[in-house]
Amino acid sequence: MITDINEKDFDSAIAEGVVLVDFWATWCGPCKMQGAILESKVAPVKPELKILKVDIDGNISLAQKFGIMSIPALRIFKNGNLVKSFDGVTKPEEIIAAVENA
Amino acid sequence: MEKANEMSEEKSKENLVIIGSGPAGLAAGIYASRAGLKPLVIEGMLAGGQLTKTDEVENYPGFENPQTGLSLMAAMRAQAERAGVRFEMDEISSVDFSSSVKRLSGMMGDITSDAVIVATGAGARWTNLPGEDKYKNKGISACAVCDGAFFKGADVAVIGGGDTALGDALYLSRIAKSVYLIHRRDAFRGTKVLAERVLNTPNITVLWNTTVSSFEGDGARLTSLKLSGDREIAVTGAFVAIGHDPQTVFLRGAVDLDDAGYVRVERTRTNVDGVFAAGDCADPFYKQAVIAAGAGAQAAIEAQHYLQERGLV
Repeated sequence: MITDINEKDFDSAIAEGVVLVDFWATWCGPCKMQGAILESKVAPVKPELKILKVDIDGNISLAQKFGIMSIPALRIFKNGNLVKSFDGVTKPEEIIAAVENA
Repeated sequence: MEKANEMSEEKSKENLVIIGSGPAGLAAGIYASRAGLKPLVIEGMLAGGQLTKTDEVENYPGFENPQTGLSLMAAMRAQAERAGVRFEMDEISSVDFSSSVKRLSGMMGDITSDAVIVATGAGARWTNLPGEDKYKNKGISACAVCDGAFFKGADVAVIGGGDTALGDALYLSRIAKSVYLIHRRDAFRGTKVLAERVLNTPNITVLWNTTVSSFEGDGARLTSLKLSGDREIAVTGAFVAIGHDPQTVFLRGAVDLDDAGYVRVERTRTNVDGVFAAGDCADPFYKQAVIAAGAGAQAAIEAQHYLQERGLV
């Protein structure tokens, strides 16, 4: 399940369970590759996983809060706590392994 | 991991696969599609190619006013789609050109094709200096247009002296508080009009005859650069623009490459029958979008002849 999220609803959305967050922007080329990986290689394998997308245009302070200075960037949260960070395009097997170990 | 691999199913054979979606790949797609082929473009890690990292394009014919690289490539992609080009989001990591049907392997699975056009372009070269790996994506970037937004009001540096460095410095000067442009020589290599703009921009300071010796940080992010002559400048962003290398590592052993990694071509033909190359991956000399587009068209015409001669279309 992949849904868009903004700064306002972010904290409550990551509060429970394992949540994967994709920070991206419309003008970021590699973000498209990361988006395709999540859509066709991660979401179908992990149908129960909550995947959130944050467009950094309009949510840049949220990105900065998690130390993001480059996109695409992935952050994995467990019960609201940051447990894993990936910067740059990340392969599906690395993401799946990180989610399983979260 | 196993589950991810199980999902890679074999797709039906293509007649022409184009690897890369920059000007070379898209021009090849447009020409091939209009010639009646059914080209499939594999978009790669950076859909739209290097130009999507360029703020303003002013030397591509056909546009009176400067275009952003992103809008130029969006227009080119739309034109290709309209011509009937199909697209797939994947990054090819290995190839097998040992038989007449070529096999390409990517993250999303395998693809087979009678002909292939390699248009993978070039990627940013890194400095390999101490601290670079540690602070990559934590202040160090090779894409000002992608990551500049994170440095609003900050002090940043651009390393290099060619068109990419000049363009990056100009772009960042409108976002950051100040920009150091660190160049190892006493004159720019880049286009004169860009060099003049840089020199006339008040918040860009050019550090001539200067090299970076290391990237320094607090563990979490970049804080300064150590420079030649025992100098140090405090910056939270450093943009590396020292050149590009052809993205051909995945072709090693499969296609003839020169010592620098460029695909060796004659009229876009490689040493492998049915494999063609166009654009920056096969061009050590010019590296211009308009030349890449021209070469893409050439490669499509060559591929068309190849397929027709063998009765494959």
